[in-house]
Amino acid sequence: MITLEKVAKIYETKSGQVVGVDNVSLTINKGEVYGIVGYSGAGKSTLLRCINILERPTSGKVIVDGVDLLKLKSKQLRVARQSIGMIFQGFYLVSSKTVFENVAFALKAAGVEKTKRKERVLELLELVGLSDKADHYPTQLSGGQKQRVSIARALANNPKVLLCDEATSALDPSTTKSILALLKKINLELGITIVIITHEMEVVKEICDRCAVMQDGKVVEEGPTYDMFSNPKEPLTLDFIKTVLDFELPQKLLDSISGTLVRLQFRGELAEEAVVSDMLQKFSVKGNILHGKVEYIKETPLGIFIMELVGEKTEQEKALAYLKDRVKQVEVI
Amino acid sequence: MYLSSIVSLLPELNEAFFETLLMVGIGLLVALVVGMPLGIVLYVTDRGLFLEKQTVKVVVGMIVNLIRSIPFIILLVFLLPFTDFILGTTIGPLAASVSLSVAAIPFYARIVEAAAREIDRGVIEAAVAVGASPWMIIKDIILPEAKPGFISGLTITAISLIGYSAMAGTVGGGGIGDLAIRYGYYRYDDTVMFTTVIVLIVLVQLVQYIGDFIAKSVNKR
Repeated sequence: MITLEKVAKIYETKSGQVVGVDNVSLTINKGEVYGIVGYSGAGKSTLLRCINILERPTSGKVIVDGVDLLKLKSKQLRVARQSIGMIFQGFYLVSSKTVFENVAFALKAAGVEKTKRKERVLELLELVGLSDKADHYPTQLSGGQKQRVSIARALANNPKVLLCDEATSALDPSTTKSILALLKKINLELGITIVIITHEMEVVKEICDRCAVMQDGKVVEEGPTYDMFSNPKEPLTLDFIKTVLDFELPQKLLDSISGTLVRLQFRGELAEEAVVSDMLQKFSVKGNILHGKVEYIKETPLGIFIMELVGEKTEQEKALAYLKDRVKQVEVI
Repeated sequence: MYLSSIVSLLPELNEAFFETLLMVGIGLLVALVVGMPLGIVLYVTDRGLFLEKQTVKVVVGMIVNLIRSIPFIILLVFLLPFTDFILGTTIGPLAASVSLSVAAIPFYARIVEAAAREIDRGVIEAAVAVGASPWMIIKDIILPEAKPGFISGLTITAISLIGYSAMAGTVGGGGIGDLAIRYGYYRYDDTVMFTTVIVLIVLVQLVQYIGDFIAKSVNKR
């Protein structure tokens, strides 16, 4: 659905060139929810804005739904933008217009006749759950409600793609959850491809099928979200994963350990099997769980446990070998 | 004695009052019709906006600054030949309104530009992102969003023009300022002087009050 080929954005400033995006190539499939994570200044927002040419790339190709956007004249680009919705961290609603008028403006921009606008606006407000707020002004709404209005506006012209620029970063955790649920629903029911920029791994974990990690304008790692979580390759990716899955043991506890410390990682259906209890029954070792969690990444479980094995040295080794055989990802710390 | 001299002054004061209103009214109208679009042009051609065009921005900005840098009393004299050319006379409130209009255009243009800059750029960007045309963004986003600012700006312009109109009086423009100078200054008639000052104070207060009221009532923020 979206193909970026060697997209670069270089800013000319008085003190020289500043690279915003450095030759990024990405392919985002139709119907996918794709996350781009990175710290602020990593260039992720600039990259997102290159997808609908709010920011014109210095070089490279941007192809959305088979159309090379950089080749379009300004009028054609406006039409193309109608099928790329966008929502922002700051919502950016027109404060002098009601909720209804804000959404209707997007339809007006696309040349939809006035008589047909009303029906569509009401339909959209219904979708985002704000039917009763049609005549309110943005200042009368909460952050979550404002973001719902901006989602309705972004979806007005039946876009194929929805770009989300830190769309949940200004919201509290429970509102974030409800907005993510809405985005999920939009993705599943309307089949809209969603690209999400965020610095919150919670967001990625919750709804992204695949994701990319950016640093200094470059994509340093990319892949299915589950693989990124269960097997991160780059230190930066690991940093981000740690914000959700962190297993630091207190030093005091580490000092008092007598047995072998083992880190077990269960993927997918393995997390549901009783591997550990099988092991404890088969060998005369004791297992002492010190830390652990089963995290659901897009509903697939990923379990990580840290346990101490206590017992005869030989029994410990046998138990460990058994674990390694069944679990694959076993690490002696 | 005061009362009787004021009463005898009334017909002239009345005429002068309407002359001032006429001059300022024409100036405001021209400011709206010409100054506002110029202000919008200054804003939308700025860096990073949807009609970014440095050459237009620089040229329009320079013309605006050029006129604004001339003190009004000099502009008034400087424009006399031009006024004579388009109206065939340099006397009277109509003639004075020519130079008032010329001064009002760049004045209001800058105010409009500044008011438009107050709009969050993200709001403009969101409109660009839905594929709205430049005209639609101006008409449906910038105008309603900056409306309170535009109205306050018009109030400021009106009050400045009332002040300028007194200067226009000195070269035969008529109006309250002319009255004050003819009687109060040349004839040392304090009664007329005070009366005109009071009329001007009331006028300015009224304009400010009405302006604030309208600006407040259109503000949805």
